[in-house]
Amino acid sequence: MSNPQQLRYSKEHEWLSASEAGVSAVGITSHAADALGDVVFVQLPEVGAVVTAGETCGELESTKSVSDLYSPVTGEVTDVNQDVVDDPSLVNSAPFEGGWLFKVKTTEEPSDLLSAEEYSAFTGG
Amino acid sequence: MSQPPTDAPRRTALDALHRALGATMTDFAGWDMPLRYASERDEHTAVRTRAGLFDLSHMGEITVTGPEAGEALDYALVGHISALAVGRARYTMICAEDGGIVDDLIVYRLGEDEYMVVANAGNAQVVLDAVTERAAAFDATVRDDRDAYALIAVQGPESPGIMKGLTDADLDGLKYYAGLPGTVAGVPALIARTGYTGEDGFELFVAPEHAEALWKAITEAGAGVGLIPCGLSCRDTLRLEAGMPLYGHELTTATTPFDAGLGRVVKFDKPGDFVGRTALTAAAERAAAQPPRKLVGLVAEGRRVPRAGFAVTAAGGAVIGEVTSGAPSPTLGQPIAIAYVDAAHATPGTEGVAVDIRGAQEPHKVVALPFYKRQR
Repeated sequence: MSNPQQLRYSKEHEWLSASEAGVSAVGITSHAADALGDVVFVQLPEVGAVVTAGETCGELESTKSVSDLYSPVTGEVTDVNQDVVDDPSLVNSAPFEGGWLFKVKTTEEPSDLLSAEEYSAFTGG
Repeated sequence: MSQPPTDAPRRTALDALHRALGATMTDFAGWDMPLRYASERDEHTAVRTRAGLFDLSHMGEITVTGPEAGEALDYALVGHISALAVGRARYTMICAEDGGIVDDLIVYRLGEDEYMVVANAGNAQVVLDAVTERAAAFDATVRDDRDAYALIAVQGPESPGIMKGLTDADLDGLKYYAGLPGTVAGVPALIARTGYTGEDGFELFVAPEHAEALWKAITEAGAGVGLIPCGLSCRDTLRLEAGMPLYGHELTTATTPFDAGLGRVVKFDKPGDFVGRTALTAAAERAAAQPPRKLVGLVAEGRRVPRAGFAVTAAGGAVIGEVTSGAPSPTLGQPIAIAYVDAAHATPGTEGVAVDIRGAQEPHKVVALPFYKRQR
Protein backbone atom coordinates (compact mmCIF):
# COMPACT_ATOMS: atom_id res chain seq x y z
CA MET A 1 0.00 0.00 0.00
CA SER A 2 1.53 3.33 -0.99
CA ASN A 3 1.93 6.11 1.52
CA PRO A 4 -0.68 8.86 1.00
CA GLN A 5 0.80 12.15 -0.23
CA GLN A 6 -1.23 14.37 2.11
CA LEU A 7 0.17 12.73 5.28
CA ARG A 8 3.44 13.28 7.06
CA TYR A 9 5.42 10.52 8.72
CA SER A 10 7.66 9.85 11.71
CA LYS A 11 10.64 7.53 11.76
CA GLU A 12 8.74 5.48 14.35
CA HIS A 13 6.25 4.67 11.55
CA GLU A 14 3.36 6.87 12.64
CA TRP A 15 1.50 9.11 10.22
CA LEU A 16 0.03 12.54 10.93
CA SER A 17 -2.81 14.04 8.92
CA ALA A 18 -2.96 17.64 7.78
CA SER A 19 -4.16 19.90 10.58
CA GLU A 20 -7.81 20.98 10.70
CA ALA A 21 -8.26 23.78 13.22
CA GLY A 22 -5.02 22.65 14.82
CA VAL A 23 -6.14 19.02 15.20
CA SER A 24 -4.51 16.10 13.35
CA ALA A 25 -5.24 12.39 13.26
CA VAL A 26 -2.47 9.90 14.06
CA GLY A 27 -2.11 6.30 12.95
CA ILE A 28 0.54 3.75 12.08
CA THR A 29 1.68 3.20 8.53
CA SER A 30 0.87 0.26 6.29
CA HIS A 31 4.55 -0.67 6.43
CA ALA A 32 4.38 -0.84 10.24
CA ALA A 33 1.10 -2.77 10.23
CA ASP A 34 2.55 -5.33 7.81
CA ALA A 35 5.61 -5.75 9.99
CA LEU A 36 3.48 -6.28 13.10
CA GLY A 37 1.13 -8.83 11.59
CA ASP A 38 -2.42 -9.14 12.88
CA VAL A 39 -2.99 -6.50 15.54
CA VAL A 40 -5.21 -7.88 18.31
CA PHE A 41 -5.17 -5.12 20.92
CA VAL A 42 -4.51 -1.41 20.95
CA GLN A 43 -4.00 0.66 24.06
CA LEU A 44 -4.48 4.35 23.28
CA PRO A 45 -3.87 7.51 25.31
CA GLU A 46 -6.93 8.96 27.02
CA VAL A 47 -8.77 12.00 25.77
CA GLY A 48 -7.26 15.02 27.54
CA ALA A 49 -3.87 13.39 27.99
CA VAL A 50 -0.81 15.32 26.90
CA VAL A 51 1.41 13.39 24.52
CA THR A 52 4.99 14.28 23.68
CA ALA A 53 6.66 13.93 20.30
CA GLY A 54 8.85 10.83 20.16
CA GLU A 55 7.57 9.43 23.45
CA THR A 56 5.39 6.38 23.95
CA CYS A 57 1.68 6.98 24.45
CA GLY A 58 0.20 3.51 23.96
CA GLU A 59 0.88 0.04 22.63
CA LEU A 60 -0.13 -2.35 19.90
CA GLU A 61 -0.24 -6.08 20.53
CA SER A 62 0.08 -8.46 17.60
CA THR A 63 0.38 -12.23 17.45
CA LYS A 64 4.16 -12.23 17.69
CA SER A 65 5.00 -9.10 19.64
CA VAL A 66 4.02 -5.87 21.34
CA SER A 67 5.09 -2.50 19.99
CA ASP A 68 5.05 0.90 21.59
CA LEU A 69 2.97 3.59 20.01
CA TYR A 70 4.84 6.90 19.73
CA SER A 71 3.26 10.26 19.29
CA PRO A 72 4.63 12.08 16.24
CA VAL A 73 3.88 15.50 17.79
CA THR A 74 3.41 17.16 21.17
CA GLY A 75 -0.11 18.16 22.14
CA GLU A 76 -3.37 17.23 23.80
CA VAL A 77 -5.41 14.19 22.79
CA THR A 78 -8.87 15.30 21.66
CA ASP A 79 -10.35 12.00 20.45
CA VAL A 80 -9.57 8.29 20.26
CA ASN A 81 -10.87 5.85 17.67
CA GLN A 82 -13.29 3.58 19.55
CA ASP A 83 -13.83 1.53 16.38
CA VAL A 84 -10.20 0.45 16.37
CA VAL A 85 -10.33 -0.34 20.10
CA ASP A 86 -13.30 -2.61 19.41
CA ASP A 87 -11.81 -4.06 16.21
CA PRO A 88 -8.01 -3.75 16.16
CA SER A 89 -7.85 -5.53 12.77
CA LEU A 90 -8.72 -2.13 11.25
CA VAL A 91 -5.06 -1.24 11.80
CA ASN A 92 -4.17 -3.97 9.29
CA SER A 93 -7.04 -3.57 6.87
CA ALA A 94 -7.19 0.23 6.70
CA PRO A 95 -4.09 1.69 8.38
CA PHE A 96 -4.45 5.12 6.73
CA GLU A 97 -8.21 5.44 7.07
CA GLY A 98 -10.53 3.53 9.41
CA GLY A 99 -7.51 2.39 11.42
CA TRP A 100 -6.56 5.86 12.66
CA LEU A 101 -5.74 5.78 16.38
CA PHE A 102 -6.15 9.18 18.03
CA LYS A 103 -6.47 12.89 17.31
CA VAL A 104 -4.17 15.46 18.80
CA LYS A 105 -4.30 19.26 19.14
CA THR A 106 -0.69 20.02 18.29
CA THR A 107 1.28 22.48 20.40
CA GLU A 108 4.70 21.56 19.11
CA GLU A 109 5.85 19.70 16.07
CA PRO A 110 9.32 18.20 15.60
CA SER A 111 11.28 19.41 12.59
CA ASP A 112 12.10 15.93 11.31
CA LEU A 113 8.71 14.66 10.12
CA LEU A 114 8.97 13.07 6.68
CA SER A 115 7.04 13.55 3.45
CA ALA A 116 5.49 10.51 1.75
CA GLU A 117 8.50 10.28 -0.60
CA GLU A 118 10.98 10.62 2.24
CA TYR A 119 9.17 7.99 4.31
CA SER A 120 9.03 5.59 1.36
CA ALA A 121 12.78 6.02 0.90
CA PHE A 122 13.29 5.58 4.66
CA THR A 123 11.48 2.22 4.60
CA GLY A 124 13.28 1.11 1.48
CA GLY A 125 10.29 1.07 -0.73
CA MET B 1 31.43 -30.25 15.62
CA SER B 2 28.70 -27.88 14.58
CA GLN B 3 28.37 -26.54 11.08
CA PRO B 4 30.40 -23.40 10.38
CA PRO B 5 28.23 -20.29 10.59
CA THR B 6 27.24 -18.82 7.27
CA ASP B 7 25.93 -15.37 6.55
CA ALA B 8 22.92 -16.33 4.47
CA PRO B 9 20.14 -18.41 6.02
CA ARG B 10 19.40 -21.70 4.29
CA ARG B 11 16.50 -21.86 1.87
CA THR B 12 14.15 -24.81 1.49
CA ALA B 13 13.27 -26.47 -1.81
CA LEU B 14 10.01 -24.48 -1.74
CA ASP B 15 11.65 -21.08 -1.34
CA ALA B 16 10.70 -19.72 -4.78
CA LEU B 17 7.08 -20.80 -4.23
CA HIS B 18 6.87 -19.01 -0.90
CA ARG B 19 8.16 -15.81 -2.44
CA ALA B 20 5.75 -16.12 -5.36
CA LEU B 21 2.94 -16.50 -2.80
CA GLY B 22 4.04 -13.24 -1.16
CA ALA B 23 5.13 -14.82 2.11
CA THR B 24 6.68 -12.75 4.87
CA MET B 25 9.87 -14.70 5.55
CA THR B 26 11.73 -14.99 8.83
CA ASP B 27 15.08 -16.36 9.93
CA PHE B 28 14.33 -19.41 12.04
CA ALA B 29 17.20 -21.53 13.37
CA GLY B 30 19.36 -20.56 10.40
CA TRP B 31 16.63 -21.15 7.83
CA ASP B 32 14.68 -18.62 5.82
CA MET B 33 11.13 -19.80 6.51
CA PRO B 34 7.62 -18.47 5.81
CA LEU B 35 6.34 -16.61 8.88
CA ARG B 36 2.94 -15.96 7.30
CA TYR B 37 1.48 -15.54 3.83
CA ALA B 38 -1.28 -13.05 4.68
CA SER B 39 -3.10 -12.99 8.04
CA GLU B 40 -1.67 -15.42 10.59
CA ARG B 41 -5.06 -15.50 12.35
CA ASP B 42 -6.78 -16.58 9.15
CA GLU B 43 -4.12 -19.25 8.73
CA HIS B 44 -4.69 -20.43 12.31
CA THR B 45 -8.45 -20.62 11.76
CA ALA B 46 -8.00 -22.50 8.48
CA VAL B 47 -6.09 -25.25 10.29
CA ARG B 48 -8.67 -25.44 13.10
CA THR B 49 -11.68 -25.55 10.77
CA ARG B 50 -10.48 -26.62 7.30
CA ALA B 51 -6.88 -27.30 6.35
CA GLY B 52 -3.47 -25.65 6.16
CA LEU B 53 -0.31 -26.45 4.21
CA PHE B 54 3.11 -26.00 5.85
CA ASP B 55 6.71 -26.18 4.69
CA LEU B 56 8.64 -27.73 7.58
CA SER B 57 11.76 -28.62 5.63
CA HIS B 58 13.93 -27.04 8.32
CA MET B 59 13.33 -30.03 10.59
CA GLY B 60 16.38 -32.29 10.95
CA GLU B 61 16.15 -35.93 9.88
CA ILE B 62 18.64 -38.51 11.17
CA THR B 63 18.42 -42.12 10.03
CA VAL B 64 19.71 -44.95 12.20
CA THR B 65 20.09 -48.38 10.63
CA GLY B 66 21.59 -51.74 11.50
CA PRO B 67 20.96 -54.85 13.58
CA GLU B 68 21.32 -52.87 16.83
CA ALA B 69 19.70 -49.63 15.67
CA GLY B 70 16.84 -50.02 18.16
CA GLU B 71 19.18 -50.80 21.05
CA ALA B 72 21.38 -47.83 20.13
CA LEU B 73 18.36 -45.52 20.29
CA ASP B 74 17.17 -47.10 23.54
CA TYR B 75 20.55 -46.08 24.98
CA ALA B 76 20.72 -42.66 23.31
CA LEU B 77 17.14 -41.49 24.00
CA VAL B 78 14.82 -41.70 27.01
CA GLY B 79 12.10 -43.76 25.28
CA HIS B 80 11.81 -47.50 24.65
CA ILE B 81 12.40 -47.11 20.94
CA SER B 82 13.09 -50.77 20.08
CA ALA B 83 9.58 -51.63 21.33
CA LEU B 84 7.99 -49.56 18.54
CA ALA B 85 6.21 -51.60 15.89
CA VAL B 86 7.35 -51.07 12.32
CA GLY B 87 5.28 -48.24 10.88
CA ARG B 88 4.67 -46.54 14.21
CA ALA B 89 6.04 -43.26 15.59
CA ARG B 90 6.77 -42.02 19.09
CA TYR B 91 7.25 -38.64 20.74
CA THR B 92 10.44 -38.82 22.81
CA MET B 93 13.40 -36.83 24.08
CA ILE B 94 17.16 -36.93 24.18
CA CYS B 95 18.63 -35.91 27.53
CA ALA B 96 22.09 -35.05 28.78
CA GLU B 97 23.81 -37.08 31.51
CA ASP B 98 22.42 -34.56 34.06
CA GLY B 99 18.85 -35.16 32.87
CA GLY B 100 18.54 -31.85 31.02
CA ILE B 101 16.59 -31.97 27.77
CA VAL B 102 18.82 -31.74 24.68
CA ASP B 103 15.82 -31.87 22.33
CA ASP B 104 12.37 -33.31 21.90
CA LEU B 105 12.02 -35.67 18.96
CA ILE B 106 9.72 -37.84 16.95
CA VAL B 107 11.12 -41.27 16.06
CA TYR B 108 9.59 -43.31 13.23
CA ARG B 109 10.34 -47.01 12.89
CA LEU B 110 10.59 -47.40 9.12
CA GLY B 111 11.72 -51.05 9.07
CA GLU B 112 12.98 -53.89 11.22
CA ASP B 113 16.43 -52.30 11.32
CA GLU B 114 15.67 -48.72 10.31
CA TYR B 115 14.54 -45.69 12.32
CA MET B 116 14.22 -42.02 11.47
CA VAL B 117 14.75 -39.44 14.20
CA VAL B 118 13.30 -35.98 13.55
CA ALA B 119 14.92 -33.18 15.55
CA ASN B 120 14.18 -29.48 15.82
CA ALA B 121 16.08 -27.41 13.27
CA GLY B 122 18.01 -25.50 15.91
CA ASN B 123 19.16 -28.68 17.62
CA ALA B 124 19.67 -30.98 14.64
CA GLN B 125 23.47 -30.80 14.70
CA VAL B 126 23.67 -31.30 18.46
CA VAL B 127 21.30 -34.27 18.26
CA LEU B 128 23.19 -35.76 15.33
CA ASP B 129 26.48 -35.47 17.20
CA ALA B 130 25.03 -36.94 20.41
CA VAL B 131 23.28 -39.86 18.70
CA THR B 132 26.40 -40.61 16.65
CA GLU B 133 28.56 -40.68 19.77
CA ARG B 134 26.08 -42.67 21.83
CA ALA B 135 25.53 -45.25 19.06
CA ALA B 136 29.25 -45.83 18.53
CA ALA B 137 29.38 -48.99 20.68
CA PHE B 138 26.41 -50.57 18.86
CA ASP B 139 26.16 -52.33 15.52
CA ALA B 140 24.31 -49.37 14.03
CA THR B 141 24.95 -46.62 11.51
CA VAL B 142 23.85 -43.02 12.05
CA ARG B 143 23.25 -41.01 8.89
CA ASP B 144 22.70 -37.27 8.51
CA ASP B 145 19.61 -37.09 6.27
CA ARG B 146 18.87 -33.39 6.72
CA ASP B 147 19.42 -32.74 3.01
CA ALA B 148 17.63 -35.89 1.90
CA TYR B 149 14.15 -34.67 2.75
CA ALA B 150 11.79 -31.80 2.29
CA LEU B 151 8.92 -31.94 4.80
CA ILE B 152 5.41 -30.79 3.89
CA ALA B 153 2.57 -30.94 6.41
CA VAL B 154 -1.16 -30.90 5.71
CA GLN B 155 -3.03 -30.21 8.93
CA GLY B 156 -6.68 -29.73 9.82
CA PRO B 157 -10.00 -31.58 9.73
CA GLU B 158 -10.16 -31.57 5.92
CA SER B 159 -6.68 -33.06 5.55
CA PRO B 160 -7.77 -36.74 5.35
CA GLY B 161 -10.19 -35.92 2.55
CA ILE B 162 -7.55 -33.95 0.67
CA MET B 163 -5.01 -36.74 1.06
CA LYS B 164 -7.41 -39.49 -0.03
CA GLY B 165 -7.72 -37.83 -3.42
CA LEU B 166 -3.94 -37.86 -3.85
CA THR B 167 -2.84 -41.29 -2.65
CA ASP B 168 -3.98 -44.88 -2.69
CA ALA B 169 -2.18 -45.52 0.60
CA ASP B 170 -4.44 -46.94 3.32
CA LEU B 171 -5.06 -43.73 5.27
CA ASP B 172 -7.91 -45.22 7.31
CA GLY B 173 -5.44 -47.81 8.58
CA LEU B 174 -2.86 -45.11 9.30
CA LYS B 175 -3.37 -44.24 12.95
CA TYR B 176 -2.24 -41.12 14.79
CA TYR B 177 1.51 -41.41 15.30
CA ALA B 178 2.00 -43.92 12.51
CA GLY B 179 3.92 -43.64 9.26
CA LEU B 180 4.11 -45.65 6.05
CA PRO B 181 5.88 -45.34 2.72
CA GLY B 182 3.58 -44.55 -0.18
CA THR B 183 3.00 -42.38 -3.20
CA VAL B 184 1.29 -39.00 -2.95
CA ALA B 185 0.43 -37.16 -6.18
CA GLY B 186 2.86 -39.47 -7.98
CA VAL B 187 5.69 -38.63 -5.61
CA PRO B 188 7.32 -41.23 -3.34
CA ALA B 189 6.78 -40.14 0.26
CA LEU B 190 6.92 -41.25 3.84
CA ILE B 191 3.36 -40.50 4.94
CA ALA B 192 3.12 -39.85 8.66
CA ARG B 193 0.01 -39.05 10.65
CA THR B 194 1.69 -36.58 12.94
CA GLY B 195 1.72 -32.84 13.48
CA TYR B 196 2.16 -30.01 15.90
CA THR B 197 -1.17 -28.25 15.65
CA GLY B 198 -3.63 -30.22 17.78
CA GLU B 199 -5.53 -31.25 14.66
CA ASP B 200 -5.62 -34.38 12.56
CA GLY B 201 -3.06 -34.18 9.79
CA PHE B 202 -0.20 -35.61 7.83
CA GLU B 203 3.49 -34.93 7.49
CA LEU B 204 5.03 -35.93 4.18
CA PHE B 205 8.77 -36.55 3.92
CA VAL B 206 9.81 -36.36 0.27
CA ALA B 207 12.95 -35.84 -1.80
CA PRO B 208 13.57 -32.09 -2.16
CA GLU B 209 13.28 -32.28 -5.95
CA HIS B 210 9.68 -33.48 -5.56
CA ALA B 211 8.62 -30.88 -3.02
CA GLU B 212 7.29 -28.29 -5.45
CA ALA B 213 5.17 -30.76 -7.42
CA LEU B 214 3.70 -32.14 -4.19
CA TRP B 215 2.99 -28.67 -2.75
CA LYS B 216 1.18 -27.66 -5.95
CA ALA B 217 -0.83 -30.89 -6.08
CA ILE B 218 -1.99 -30.48 -2.47
CA THR B 219 -2.80 -26.81 -3.03
CA GLU B 220 -4.99 -27.78 -5.98
CA ALA B 221 -6.62 -30.71 -4.20
CA GLY B 222 -7.40 -28.57 -1.17
CA ALA B 223 -8.60 -25.42 -2.88
CA GLY B 224 -12.23 -26.53 -2.89
CA VAL B 225 -12.29 -27.14 0.88
CA GLY B 226 -10.47 -23.99 1.91
CA LEU B 227 -6.87 -25.18 2.33
CA ILE B 228 -4.41 -22.29 2.45
CA PRO B 229 -0.63 -22.05 2.87
CA CYS B 230 0.34 -21.45 6.50
CA GLY B 231 3.48 -20.06 8.09
CA LEU B 232 5.39 -20.63 11.30
CA SER B 233 3.53 -17.85 13.13
CA CYS B 234 0.25 -19.76 13.18
CA ARG B 235 2.09 -23.02 13.82
CA ASP B 236 3.24 -21.46 17.10
CA THR B 237 -0.25 -20.32 18.19
CA LEU B 238 -1.71 -23.70 17.14
CA ARG B 239 0.78 -25.68 19.23
CA LEU B 240 0.38 -23.24 22.14
CA GLU B 241 -3.40 -23.73 22.22
CA ALA B 242 -2.81 -27.48 22.05
CA GLY B 243 -0.48 -27.22 25.07
CA MET B 244 2.47 -28.64 23.16
CA PRO B 245 5.91 -27.63 24.41
CA LEU B 246 8.45 -25.86 22.21
CA TYR B 247 12.16 -26.40 22.61
CA GLY B 248 13.89 -23.27 23.86
CA HIS B 249 10.72 -22.20 25.64
CA GLU B 250 9.15 -24.93 27.81
CA LEU B 251 12.04 -27.34 27.22
CA THR B 252 15.71 -26.46 27.77
CA THR B 253 18.93 -28.11 28.89
CA ALA B 254 18.13 -26.77 32.38
CA THR B 255 14.80 -28.64 32.40
CA THR B 256 14.17 -32.37 32.83
CA PRO B 257 11.17 -34.12 31.23
CA PHE B 258 9.68 -34.39 34.74
CA ASP B 259 9.92 -30.63 35.32
CA ALA B 260 7.99 -30.16 32.08
CA GLY B 261 5.26 -32.57 33.18
CA LEU B 262 6.37 -34.99 30.47
CA GLY B 263 7.96 -37.66 32.67
CA ARG B 264 5.86 -40.28 30.90
CA VAL B 265 8.31 -40.19 27.95
CA VAL B 266 11.08 -41.57 30.19
CA LYS B 267 10.94 -45.39 30.19
CA PHE B 268 12.92 -46.62 33.19
CA ASP B 269 11.75 -50.19 32.68
CA LYS B 270 13.32 -50.61 29.25
CA PRO B 271 16.20 -53.09 28.98
CA GLY B 272 19.72 -51.74 29.31
CA ASP B 273 21.10 -48.44 30.50
CA PHE B 274 20.43 -45.07 28.88
CA VAL B 275 22.06 -41.68 29.01
CA GLY B 276 20.66 -39.67 31.91
CA ARG B 277 19.11 -42.58 33.84
CA THR B 278 20.62 -41.75 37.24
CA ALA B 279 19.78 -38.06 37.10
CA LEU B 280 16.30 -38.71 35.71
CA THR B 281 15.55 -41.23 38.47
CA ALA B 282 16.28 -38.49 41.01
CA ALA B 283 14.26 -35.98 38.98
CA ALA B 284 11.27 -38.35 38.93
CA GLU B 285 11.40 -38.75 42.71
CA ARG B 286 11.70 -35.01 43.24
CA ALA B 287 8.77 -34.31 40.91
CA ALA B 288 6.59 -36.85 42.73
CA ALA B 289 7.50 -35.81 46.29
CA GLN B 290 8.15 -32.10 46.13
CA PRO B 291 7.92 -30.53 42.71
CA PRO B 292 9.66 -27.15 42.72
CA ARG B 293 7.48 -25.78 39.97
CA LYS B 294 4.91 -26.94 37.47
CA LEU B 295 4.00 -26.14 33.91
CA VAL B 296 0.54 -24.55 33.83
CA GLY B 297 -1.74 -22.71 31.47
CA LEU B 298 -2.64 -19.07 32.05
CA VAL B 299 -5.59 -17.26 30.49
CA ALA B 300 -5.48 -13.47 30.60
CA GLU B 301 -8.49 -11.67 32.02
CA GLY B 302 -7.54 -8.55 30.10
CA ARG B 303 -6.35 -8.05 26.57
CA ARG B 304 -2.64 -7.41 27.04
CA VAL B 305 -0.57 -10.40 26.04
CA PRO B 306 1.78 -12.29 28.38
CA ARG B 307 5.02 -13.04 26.51
CA ALA B 308 7.94 -15.42 27.08
CA GLY B 309 10.16 -14.23 29.91
CA PHE B 310 7.54 -12.20 31.75
CA ALA B 311 7.31 -12.80 35.51
CA VAL B 312 4.29 -14.53 37.06
CA THR B 313 3.31 -13.04 40.42
CA ALA B 314 1.08 -13.89 43.37
CA ALA B 315 -1.18 -11.51 45.25
CA GLY B 316 1.16 -8.96 46.81
CA GLY B 317 3.54 -9.06 43.88
CA ALA B 318 5.93 -11.88 44.85
CA VAL B 319 7.42 -13.57 41.78
CA ILE B 320 6.20 -17.18 41.61
CA GLY B 321 7.14 -18.16 38.09
CA GLU B 322 7.90 -17.23 34.51
CA VAL B 323 6.01 -17.28 31.23
CA THR B 324 7.66 -19.57 28.66
CA SER B 325 5.29 -18.94 25.72
CA GLY B 326 2.40 -16.53 25.26
CA ALA B 327 0.23 -15.21 22.46
CA PRO B 328 -3.25 -13.99 21.68
CA SER B 329 -5.31 -17.16 21.15
CA PRO B 330 -7.44 -16.95 18.02
CA THR B 331 -9.63 -19.85 19.18
CA LEU B 332 -10.23 -18.60 22.74
CA GLY B 333 -10.28 -14.93 21.77
CA GLN B 334 -8.08 -14.12 24.77
CA PRO B 335 -4.35 -14.01 25.41
CA ILE B 336 -2.96 -17.31 26.73
CA ALA B 337 0.38 -18.46 28.07
CA ILE B 338 2.29 -21.46 29.30
CA ALA B 339 4.32 -20.77 32.43
CA TYR B 340 6.45 -22.47 35.03
CA VAL B 341 4.84 -21.65 38.38
CA ASP B 342 5.74 -22.63 41.97
CA ALA B 343 3.78 -25.76 42.83
CA ALA B 344 1.90 -23.95 45.62
CA HIS B 345 0.29 -21.69 43.03
CA ALA B 346 -0.08 -24.19 40.19
CA THR B 347 -3.51 -25.62 40.95
CA PRO B 348 -6.13 -24.61 38.38
CA GLY B 349 -8.30 -21.89 39.88
CA THR B 350 -5.60 -20.47 42.16
CA GLU B 351 -6.59 -16.92 43.09
CA GLY B 352 -4.48 -13.81 42.75
CA VAL B 353 -2.14 -14.95 40.00
CA ALA B 354 -0.97 -12.21 37.66
CA VAL B 355 1.60 -11.65 34.95
CA ASP B 356 3.84 -8.61 35.12
CA ILE B 357 3.22 -7.03 31.73
CA ARG B 358 5.62 -4.12 31.50
CA GLY B 359 5.16 -3.10 35.10
CA ALA B 360 1.43 -3.75 35.53
CA GLN B 361 0.16 -6.85 37.35
CA GLU B 362 -2.39 -8.18 34.88
CA PRO B 363 -4.71 -10.84 36.40
CA HIS B 364 -4.64 -14.32 34.86
CA LYS B 365 -6.54 -17.54 35.49
CA VAL B 366 -4.52 -20.69 36.16
CA VAL B 367 -5.90 -23.50 33.99
CA ALA B 368 -4.95 -27.06 33.12
CA LEU B 369 -3.28 -27.67 29.76
CA PRO B 370 -4.21 -27.92 26.95
CA PHE B 371 -6.26 -24.84 26.16
CA TYR B 372 -7.76 -26.55 23.15
CA LYS B 373 -8.56 -30.17 22.39
CA ARG B 374 -10.13 -31.25 19.13
CA GLN B 375 -13.35 -33.24 19.09
CA ARG B 376 -12.70 -36.72 17.73
